[in-house]
Amino acid sequence: MKKWQRSSGEEEGEGKVKGSEASTGIEMNVVSRDKVESMGSMEKLRFILDGVKSGNIVVLEGGLTAEEQMKLIELTMLEVDESFTGIEISGYPAKRGLLNLRRKTRLTIIGPAAKMKTIRKDKDLISAIISTT
Amino acid sequence: MEMSVRKRKRMRWALSKLITALFFRKKAVKIGIYGPPNAGKTTLANRIIHTFVDNNEDMGVATEIPHETRRVIKREGVLIDLRRRIMNSNRDRNRDRDRDRDYDPRPRGSRAKLMLDVVDTPGLATKIDFRDFMAYGLEEDEAKRRAKEATEGVIEAIKWLDDIDGVILLMDSTEDPYTQTNVVIIGNMEARGIPIIIAANKIDLPDATPQRIKNAFPQHRVVPVSALKGDNMEELYEEMAKVFR
Ligand SMILES: Nc1nc2c(ncn2[C@@H]2O[C@H](COP(=O)(O)OP(=O)(O)OP(=O)(O)O)[C@@H](O)[C@H]2O)c(=O)[nH]1
Ligand SMILES: [Mg+2]
Repeated sequence: MKKWQRSSGEEEGEGKVKGSEASTGIEMNVVSRDKVESMGSMEKLRFILDGVKSGNIVVLEGGLTAEEQMKLIELTMLEVDESFTGIEISGYPAKRGLLNLRRKTRLTIIGPAAKMKTIRKDKDLISAIISTT
Repeated sequence: MEMSVRKRKRMRWALSKLITALFFRKKAVKIGIYGPPNAGKTTLANRIIHTFVDNNEDMGVATEIPHETRRVIKREGVLIDLRRRIMNSNRDRNRDRDRDRDYDPRPRGSRAKLMLDVVDTPGLATKIDFRDFMAYGLEEDEAKRRAKEATEGVIEAIKWLDDIDGVILLMDSTEDPYTQTNVVIIGNMEARGIPIIIAANKIDLPDATPQRIKNAFPQHRVVPVSALKGDNMEELYEEMAKVFR
């Protein structure tokens, strides 16, 4: 929590592409289920991480499986350094049942840890604070 | 001098391995202790070793600084013997709490025994900021090194999931349990069909609410414990003997 407040201000200028948006707002990429499903697992994770590393919030309709999320954490850890402190990830849990063997979440939202902080999360509601400063 | 102690330890270790190899033909069950940083994983691992192996042996160092454990540590050949534990945990009981912690030594025969390899893992996290370690008084250089090692530790912990037969997912009962990391660990175990026990740790603390963990994961068995004080460990061991065999 402390970390998020402290570091949020310092990393804005870092992204080469997004640099100009730092003071005006935060880019959000909302990806449709069709697009999500058309991408391979690795392609999807790379897309997310690239987006998040340049400061964006990425929302995936349909979400990621638990395995994909674990892989995403692994990839994130490979890239964490002094300026990129990692990701915040939040999702509605998968519905259980025979027809949901892959246990996909219904929606996953991922953002830079320095900017996004989930404050509350339950079965059907995710509350997050996105800092713009 | 230090060498000879180490040598003796190795001898004892080899001997105990031989004995266990003779008596337990079945492969030991590899149990990973997973959870967020600071949940008390190493404290729990140490307690298991103290109770069933040697009161003076530690698996790792437990501190209040997160990401204390940054490499996976494995201790092989831990015999969880529910009858032996009765004797050992009696020692802990001298602390005399108001609660009645008498154990009912039901005859369980061979079911009461379980051979484990205990695996203590680095805490899983989605973010690591070296500045957080400086808040604990670490110098900048040390904090940065720790952060780097911590990221490697997370990766190692995840990789170890492939070699694990069962998981104790440990959570801090004073914290919000419904984090994505906890959800992801559970989801992965379910997808792989690996048995999982959730242990709600630190119930000795006044603001502990293990019920919140039960509410968050109603489909799983949640055992409230205090790894530090030893509260309710009997129930956890029995659950382990049931779930991990
Ligand atoms: N009050 C209380 N404190 C506990 C309990 N278990 C562990 N702790 C404390 O919590 C802190 C963290 O314990 P560790 O065992 O190092 O936690 P860990 O999960 O191994 O942490 P990492 O290795 O950093 O991931 C230490 O200060 C412990 O003394 C408990 O049951 N009750
Ligand atoms: Mg530890």
